[in-house]
Amino acid sequence: MSTVTGTPGAAPKYTKKDFESDQDVRWCPGCGDYAILSAVQKTMPDLGIPREDIVFISGIGCSSRFPYYMNTYGFHTIHGRAPAIATGLKLARPELKVFVVTGDGDGLSIGGNHLLHVLRRNVDVTILLFNNRIYGLTKGQYSPTSELGKVTKSTPMGSADRPVSPCAFALAAGATFVARTVDRNIAHMEETLKRAAHHKGAAFVEILQNCNVYNDLAWNVLYDKESKILHECRLEDGKPITFGPADDRRGLVLEGLKPKVVKVSEVPESALWKHDAADRAAAMVLGQLWAPEYPIPLGTLLNQEGETTYEEIVVQQEQKAISDRGQGDVAKLLMAGETWKIG
Amino acid sequence: MSETAMPAITAAKPRRTLNRAVIRFAGDSGDGMQVTGEQFTTEAAWAGNDISTLPNFPAEIRAPAGTLFGVSSFQLQFGSQRVYTPGDQLDALVAMNPAALKVHLSDLKKGGILIVNTAAFDQRNLEKAGYPKDDKGEPKNPLNDPGLAEQYRLYQVDISGMTKKSLEDLPLNAKEKERCKNFFALGLVSWIYTRPLDPTLDAIKKRFAKNPTFVEANIRVLKAGHAFGETAEMFSEHYGIEAAEMPPGVYRSMTGNRALAWGLLAAAERTKIPIVFGAYPITPASSILEELALHKRWRVRTFQAEDEIAAVTAAVGASFGGAIGVTASSGPGIALKGEGIGLAVMAELPLVIFDIQRGGPSTGLPTKTEQADLMQAMYGRNSESPIVVIAPSTPGDCFYIAYEAVRIAVKYMVPVMVLSDGYLANGSEPWLIPDAKTLPDIPVAFRTERQGFAPYLRDPATLARPWVRPGTPGLEHRIGGIEKQDVTGNISYDPENHDHMVRTRAEKVRRVAQEIPPTVIHGSESGDVLVVGWGGTYGAITAAVEEAQIEGKAVASIHLRHLNPLPPDLGQILRQYRRILVPEINSGQLVRVLRAEYLVDAVGFNRVRGMPLASQEILEAINQLLEAKR
Repeated sequence: MSTVTGTPGAAPKYTKKDFESDQDVRWCPGCGDYAILSAVQKTMPDLGIPREDIVFISGIGCSSRFPYYMNTYGFHTIHGRAPAIATGLKLARPELKVFVVTGDGDGLSIGGNHLLHVLRRNVDVTILLFNNRIYGLTKGQYSPTSELGKVTKSTPMGSADRPVSPCAFALAAGATFVARTVDRNIAHMEETLKRAAHHKGAAFVEILQNCNVYNDLAWNVLYDKESKILHECRLEDGKPITFGPADDRRGLVLEGLKPKVVKVSEVPESALWKHDAADRAAAMVLGQLWAPEYPIPLGTLLNQEGETTYEEIVVQQEQKAISDRGQGDVAKLLMAGETWKIG
Repeated sequence: MSETAMPAITAAKPRRTLNRAVIRFAGDSGDGMQVTGEQFTTEAAWAGNDISTLPNFPAEIRAPAGTLFGVSSFQLQFGSQRVYTPGDQLDALVAMNPAALKVHLSDLKKGGILIVNTAAFDQRNLEKAGYPKDDKGEPKNPLNDPGLAEQYRLYQVDISGMTKKSLEDLPLNAKEKERCKNFFALGLVSWIYTRPLDPTLDAIKKRFAKNPTFVEANIRVLKAGHAFGETAEMFSEHYGIEAAEMPPGVYRSMTGNRALAWGLLAAAERTKIPIVFGAYPITPASSILEELALHKRWRVRTFQAEDEIAAVTAAVGASFGGAIGVTASSGPGIALKGEGIGLAVMAELPLVIFDIQRGGPSTGLPTKTEQADLMQAMYGRNSESPIVVIAPSTPGDCFYIAYEAVRIAVKYMVPVMVLSDGYLANGSEPWLIPDAKTLPDIPVAFRTERQGFAPYLRDPATLARPWVRPGTPGLEHRIGGIEKQDVTGNISYDPENHDHMVRTRAEKVRRVAQEIPPTVIHGSESGDVLVVGWGGTYGAITAAVEEAQIEGKAVASIHLRHLNPLPPDLGQILRQYRRILVPEINSGQLVRVLRAEYLVDAVGFNRVRGMPLASQEILEAINQLLEAKR
């Protein structure tokens, strides 16, 4: 048990084990969530934050059971509302480190509005969206990220609505950090989670996650060995965006705003699109790319540092009001303005 | 009072003393009727009268000029005795245009004072107000109807014309001059009722501090109206209303919504815990958000959320973090908040919800009042989801009710819903300023002790679970909306545990009854009729019951502040009267609760017009019940 209070930097040396709760994990055997849980628990000691200052907030869905398995403070709330609850918590306690765990249904369907607003406000929270392209907890209906024509129990003839791209949504909403990772790449997931958790402001991570019961291999494009080699594109800040087999590397060049796939060997390196995670406009283009026409970008699409957070502004206004006019005094307030005496 | 402000009252016109008067200013939305009414209220308050007000305005922001639905009005009753309501029938009506006359004339007493702005009674305005046409196809001017002057004391005053004339030499355009006309009406009515102009003069100076021409113009017009009353041949007498006998102290005018906001500030100051107030703008609750946003020095953090759901859930998140989570809305918004409130029930976190009731269902009548959310407050969530429900009775009472809501919420770790309404929210009364130090204490002890800690360990007296601030070492725990095992807080699907938890959550709310003081009975402790009310009908009920008592009838009233749980002595009190009457601005909600809870043959008196109940109609209902008994 931790014996240190409050101040960041004063955290004891933790191990992954310190963040495992005493609850039995109840996801289906083989679920991608296990790998994510393990990666998150492994990331925690690196934050250097006392365990008691960390809070996990979730909504409803398979992913939202997450807080029960973290030995931190946790609140498993109601469907879609975790971003709003986290916002209230950060308003009350800006000093806490708050994670929001959500899924494609929770975060982009019933809670889409709250996700939009927590991102645009730049509330200092780290949002992990587990995207398995299906409703798991309700036993297999299509989700807002399911591909068009998806045959499920609720869409026996195929879904008629087009999917949303979580990263493109987050970028458009104004998130200051947007990244994508995948549950079967532990090292990449840990690295991405670390960067997201260290970001000040609204950080959004889409984790491509496998639901082996209702939507197995939905991300096979990145699981299958050969397909992965062809389509996975690891973003590295300051380096050209490249992908493909080692002996036939591909890259991107920009023709106006339109990216074009080229053979690396056929263009000078200076012509290749170099990844700049601070470039929001570039990130908006990256957020649209997907196989088979384009590679699937993994890693940090956008990292805008040094942006003021929502709660910082709220606290600044409060401090200014207090420094200008002093602490509130109800006795004075009641007598302020028009009053009259009787008797 | 300054000496210059009050124009000398000539001895020429006699002054008659009245006990009370009910007057209404009515005109176009753009005619400044709300400002006029508020200013007259302040003048009457200065003169020491007791007052009750009723602002009434259209939901449209800039309704088309001259139309019936664009009419805005402000009514007040002021008197030298206790004034409980804005009054039923009008002693005086100021109609700034034909539409205002058409909408409001039926409320004026026969023989009452009727002041009309003749300049506005042109063909265009008469047409817009829909007056019937004569043979030539022109709308008939009601002022030409001899019946009007026979039934009322009609004063035809060219308010617009005289306003213009008194501003002739000022560098203002015609529109700016026209806009001053409400102060002419105010000056005239102030003369008729001999209310002091001082507060209005001060207000004009403050309001237009940056524009001396506007100050000059409005003061001139105000005084012109006053002088007109004094000198014009029209008015043969005017009236005085003595100061009311009110408890001594310092008073201010208070509206319900401001009082709710200030009550929260008092609670924040006392508990030293920040308040997070989540709200989404909605009529008639928005002014609470706006008021609180002015008072950041109390560490009240206002959050204008993306929707009603975010507003309540942010408040729940804040409570989880150890702040006082508060949200406010009106009926439609409360409906959206239901699931969020249920989460607070399940997580057993403090939460304060203000419901400023308005006419419904759906969008209903946004700017009008109603009391039809009682059932929603008590039962409007899925499953067994009990919360505490309390209701203020007057605008000033909203201050105490907000404070009390916080006190109960943190003591019992429960959601508390406050049922205010549009009438209380916007209405005002002279309010005796309390000594903040005398408010009851709100003790809050966050748990820090690890030894023996469990998230759902309960206080034996209140059944409250411990409130733990995240950041407290060693007490890391997880809660949520899934059913939990008592004490440990672990997820539990055990049938017996669920039954136990359902009963425990209900018992926790029931125990709030230990906070309720003995019920105050207005009248004798037994009798023929007991009138039971709640919320904003307090004034109308009290006035009606007092009148019945003066007539020698064995009638008493009680006004419930606690609706869930009900006062422990209520059942006993109900049995002391032959009949029970429950007046409400709904189709019979409290009456249903009382019948179910106490098996009494209570009857309702129900009118759902978007308007406060009139004391006269309650009195008639009392009399009918008395007669039915025989």
